[in-house]
Amino acid sequence: MPKRPGINKVLLIGSGPIEIGQAAEFDYSGSQACRAFREKGVEVVLVNSNPATIMTDPEMADSVYIEPLTSESLTEIIRKENPDGIAAGLGAQTGLNLTAELSEKGILDKYDVEVLGTPIDTIYKAEDREKFRDMMNRIGEDIARSEAVNSIDEAEKVAKKLGLPVIIRPAYTLGGSGGGVATTYKELEEIVERGLTLSRINQVLVEESVLGWKEFEYEVMRDRNDTCLTVVNMENFDPMGIHTGESIVTAPSQTLSDYDHQRMRTSAIEIIRELGIEGGCNIQFAFNTETGEYKVVEVNPRVSRSSALASKATGYPIARVAAKINIGLNLDEIPNDVTKETPASFEPTVDYTVVKIPRWPFDKFHNVDRSLTTQMKATGEVMSIGRTLEEAFQKAIRSLDIGEIGLNPNQRRVFEKDEVEEYLETPTDMRLFAIYDALRNDYTLEEISKTTDIDEFMLQKIKNIYEREKDIKTDWKSNLKQAKRDGFTDKQISNLAGVDRKTIRKEQEDQGIKTTYKMVDTCAAEFKAETPYYYSSYEDESESIREDEEDNREKVLILGAGPIRIGQGIEFDYCCVHSVNALEEENIESLIVNNNPETVSTDYDTSDKLFFDPLTLDDVVNIIEEEEPDGVMVQFGGQTSVNLAVPLKEELEKRDDLETEVYGTSPEMMDMAEDRDRFSSLLDELGISQPESRIASSKQEAKEAAGEIGYPLLVRPSYVLGGRAMEIVHEEDELEEYMEEAVKVSPDHPILIDRFIEDGIEIDVDAVCDGEDVLVGGIMEHIEEAGVHSGDSACVIPPQSISEEKIEEIKEHVKDISLALNAVGLVNIQMAIKDGEIYILEANPRSSRTIPYVSKATGIPLAKLAAKTMVGKSLEELGYTETPEIDHVAVKEVVLPFDKLLGVDPVLGPEMKSTGEVMGIDYDFGKAYYKAEIAANNEIPTEGKVVLSIRDTDKPKIVPIAKKLEKHGFELLGTKGTAEYLQKKDININQVNKVSEGSPHIVDKIREEEIDLVINTPTSGKKPKRDGYKIRRAVVNLKTPYITNIQAAKAASNAIEAIKEGEIITKSINEHQEKIEGIKNE
Amino acid sequence: MKAYLALEDGTVVEGDGFGAPGKAKGELVFETGMTGYVEALTDPSYNGQLLMLTYPLIGNYGVNSDDYQSEGIKAEALVIRDLCHNPSNWRSEKTLNQFLVDEGIPGIEDIDTRKLTRKARIHGTMKAVLYVGEEEKDEEELVKEAREQESIKDKENLVAEVCRGETERYEGDGDLEMVMIDCGYKENILKNSVKQGINVTTVPYDTPADQILDMDPDGVMVSNGPGNPALLDKTIETIENLMGETVLYGICLGNQLISLALGAETFKLKFGHRGINHPVKDLETGRVFISTQNHGFAVTEESLEEVGLEISQINLNDDTVEGVVHKDMPIKAVQYHPEAGPGPHDTYFFFDDLKKDLKNGI
Repeated sequence: MPKRPGINKVLLIGSGPIEIGQAAEFDYSGSQACRAFREKGVEVVLVNSNPATIMTDPEMADSVYIEPLTSESLTEIIRKENPDGIAAGLGAQTGLNLTAELSEKGILDKYDVEVLGTPIDTIYKAEDREKFRDMMNRIGEDIARSEAVNSIDEAEKVAKKLGLPVIIRPAYTLGGSGGGVATTYKELEEIVERGLTLSRINQVLVEESVLGWKEFEYEVMRDRNDTCLTVVNMENFDPMGIHTGESIVTAPSQTLSDYDHQRMRTSAIEIIRELGIEGGCNIQFAFNTETGEYKVVEVNPRVSRSSALASKATGYPIARVAAKINIGLNLDEIPNDVTKETPASFEPTVDYTVVKIPRWPFDKFHNVDRSLTTQMKATGEVMSIGRTLEEAFQKAIRSLDIGEIGLNPNQRRVFEKDEVEEYLETPTDMRLFAIYDALRNDYTLEEISKTTDIDEFMLQKIKNIYEREKDIKTDWKSNLKQAKRDGFTDKQISNLAGVDRKTIRKEQEDQGIKTTYKMVDTCAAEFKAETPYYYSSYEDESESIREDEEDNREKVLILGAGPIRIGQGIEFDYCCVHSVNALEEENIESLIVNNNPETVSTDYDTSDKLFFDPLTLDDVVNIIEEEEPDGVMVQFGGQTSVNLAVPLKEELEKRDDLETEVYGTSPEMMDMAEDRDRFSSLLDELGISQPESRIASSKQEAKEAAGEIGYPLLVRPSYVLGGRAMEIVHEEDELEEYMEEAVKVSPDHPILIDRFIEDGIEIDVDAVCDGEDVLVGGIMEHIEEAGVHSGDSACVIPPQSISEEKIEEIKEHVKDISLALNAVGLVNIQMAIKDGEIYILEANPRSSRTIPYVSKATGIPLAKLAAKTMVGKSLEELGYTETPEIDHVAVKEVVLPFDKLLGVDPVLGPEMKSTGEVMGIDYDFGKAYYKAEIAANNEIPTEGKVVLSIRDTDKPKIVPIAKKLEKHGFELLGTKGTAEYLQKKDININQVNKVSEGSPHIVDKIREEEIDLVINTPTSGKKPKRDGYKIRRAVVNLKTPYITNIQAAKAASNAIEAIKEGEIITKSINEHQEKIEGIKNE
Repeated sequence: MKAYLALEDGTVVEGDGFGAPGKAKGELVFETGMTGYVEALTDPSYNGQLLMLTYPLIGNYGVNSDDYQSEGIKAEALVIRDLCHNPSNWRSEKTLNQFLVDEGIPGIEDIDTRKLTRKARIHGTMKAVLYVGEEEKDEEELVKEAREQESIKDKENLVAEVCRGETERYEGDGDLEMVMIDCGYKENILKNSVKQGINVTTVPYDTPADQILDMDPDGVMVSNGPGNPALLDKTIETIENLMGETVLYGICLGNQLISLALGAETFKLKFGHRGINHPVKDLETGRVFISTQNHGFAVTEESLEEVGLEISQINLNDDTVEGVVHKDMPIKAVQYHPEAGPGPHDTYFFFDDLKKDLKNGI
């Protein structure tokens, strides 16, 4: 059957910003779906607020809307575009929830839009816990006993019946947010309260605990003809009680017999039938390892994070196939893209094993609760492929990019016995390492298993690695081959055996041990595969060969960005994918190495060859040895790849047998830009200002430097990403305190001390340099003042408060610096303007996280241009020399993870904390900012009550803002100081108690949902100010819109004014870009 | 223990030996299921074959005798990448290594099984010899031995070796009677039939038709089994004589034998179908089932036209015949294994159909 007639235009909803619980996987599934639809001649209308995605590239769909994901904006888009269908199951929970909302509001009926794939009923059946339970009972599937409740009282009653501990799951939330395990009634109250607030229907499920059971997942597909199949099953390393997104996962299942597996597989198929899903679905089971009994835990009636993992783990493109099914194709009518010959109506089988480990952001937060629970905290994940689990475990750890290269300690401490005990008991990101160290402390597998509920089968694999470590220490030479097969790198062996890497390489050569690359082909080699998707192993035969002898194209290896984490988001994957596209346009063979299963870059049809491997020097050099590429591109993969630039270049220079070069800006220059001293002299030579700065490697030196420069100071360790451990200090005490921590952070590097430019405007510029010309792609003005990390600051293109003259000056500086750095490729420069003077804060000749945002706003494909300059094209040849003028305004806003990380103070500072970003686009700043805030889930109200609690230094600045709010009909409330101050300024404001002043206080009011916006600027300094902190935590937990700095408050008041006085304009990015003149001078 | 695996093309790989020391000869075949090694090892259809599993980690869940498809291991040897010595499963009775030791079957691990699978795919299934023991072996000798052995195409005794030999009756809780011609049947065929309430009497593969008809069955099932169907003259003759007299069902080898008895032809596949993920399309409903397969021979599609058999199901991977139905007589057979064990339960409906057809009779 061909595609269904009548479905000629499909609306696809993206998943919005990267958040904890929702990373890049939906960019991957969404882009696959776009291609799948369009291949069949179906027009695609795409909506996503996240500009950093590949799916929002204007080429990806017929119309791409970068608009807030709300039913209002979707209604407007549906009205404008008139799609035939809406693909609900391809855009995360956001997509399902919005589809449900549009259906409830009658919009889908009104505009005659059919829901494709996941029936509306099914959305409720899977998400509404009570309906879910009824359905499972009907088809005879066992589930944990549970009851849905709408209040704390009811929850307590249910908990009494079921017995503690109980699991609390809010309906309709993402990544289990708001859920948890309650072992006491106090915990129960807390979790239920939070859960009720977060649930879209104010409902949570109190569920009997199956803690300690094993967790399995099944990925199921179904078509209109009722053909069903499972793509893969997965076994969690961690037992029930830890969210599957927080668990280490292996694929396929390891300890299930065929008998066990087929029972659950059959249940999974029964469930997808009952749900009536036409597409993909994810089903989680808890399995009792003593009785073989199992229960259905959860169903996701859509593609999911797990389905992205399953796709990468097997080579079976779930989202792509689901999209085809959505428009009426049956599984046997869809070819298996990997083999070309066989259809998609089969079950993949693999001849390797896969390990996924989540990547947590705990390194970014002080005092954060690191325990792993039913609520997600991870920002991303890595996947590794090995012929054995030992190999896969070690590769996965290396891929995390946390300084560890395997299970044996590299940078981490060896845990003491009491720490081991603690880490085994309470699962955290450290538990895997604690298990390893437990073995070192002579724990038996039985003991570890008893404490952790982790299967001894898994623990044995870790023990095998430990045994190999001992072998290497005894006699590395005769154990070399086995060590390699167990996933040890040269560096690890070097650390353990005390010999240098060169000797190890030599020995490998002598013994004939070579890295082999095996193919991921969906079928365990049963059929010939056409897709070049490889992983490294130490076997006899390597399969990565250039099949066409005649093919003598230039060959370039691109280093990917690794897992999504704070400071390194989807933007770098976007850049990698664009560089691949650029190479393709230049007829150059592109190879990519990356280990993030959620991304577009690790889709098998993105590059000419994909290597799913860790990004360490050893792993990369192995690929270079195998493939002998002409060049390597290191500047697109963020800090992960940039950190490899210098060591890789050194290694390549040492090697006579390799002619591979690092393309683009030389690693020396990249390094130089990071080197304060050298970079400072360069700026001096160019006559460009910079904040006064010093380098100090001791407390004494730091104090002296502080004396010379004067407070406030910006202090940070050298060479970091995402502003880790960066701080503003106002006095010597704070400096001393900081020094103690900073030295711990980076012992090999001194700290940098800069004058902090207070109240300056911060500017970010992205440019491309070909060595002779410089294209300034976009100049961004930050909304927040300098001092808030640039990655956490909202910003706007074009700048709103900088004169033409200054813009020209900025451009000149960018050109001078880029050329002085001999940059070829991307350059990002951060500046601050104060009192008319421009200061350079930082220059980085590499990709930045703003590249996709700038490209979406201006229409210039910066990453592509950069890749082309790196293979020798000039900007002039490419036709891009002038910065285009735009008549729209594009605001980038960030999304912060505070709602997922309990206890963390939700304020912005020089340390980056945001996980993702959104863009708002319109024709004036106020409206664009308003859209961006809505998209970032921080909706600015247009009426209602606003609470102001403002620190003294900001009080004068709040006056005009408060006046504007008053003028637009808001009721103002203020804490004592703020209210009194504003009353004196003739503003009508009532006082509200601080928490310390007793009930009814401000937090009570927030809880009672009487407040529509809270503006609270925190007092400076590090000491916790309990009152402000309590307000901020309350607004985060209860999802009240809030603002924590004065510039944002000002922007918000402008936005309110703009909305009150004008209409929002909804236009596709294609339309916006068409209007930009002179993008390309042809 | 040392282990050498030699193939007829001259390939020799050395690995670690496990299970029982000794030498195994036969055809090296690969099976792609990620679970089900116990069922596969004990499947009589693997008689005469060295079983190589493509999933690298084997033995993880140990061995449970409830999963046996016959009383012991029927494959000649086991060839894998990585053997698990510490299995973990609630039903495990012993380790896989112990199972092989108890059954006197040699195994080899720690070799590049994917390389060998690719060889089989590209060059076709090859004859092989596995040596497991303490001796150093001359590689050329082993290759010679591999080459000189009889091809599976010509081995006449494979079915006789695995046929249970005795007539046995298994009670279902109904009054339908079925005779199963035992060419080396899998326990799951029996279990699934009995579960439908059918009383099953198994008879040896060479039982004449009149003896079977004397039992007055409602139908006859021709079971699966090893080797080349064209060599089983006696069974083919029996089937010829049963046609039109009773309801006839066949599974795997049984499907091939029924086709041969009607005058169709069979051929040897390049590397066979062995796995639990094969898509079979029912031509009537258009629905696709994931099926278990284990066969090195298949029925030639063109040869079916003349003999009254209609193709009811096909394999979507290579369009080979998966199911046939006779135009006039109550004859139905499938090439895959509807009984699973190992594999998906998607095709259990086959036994519902069986029950219906037995009831309807001739």
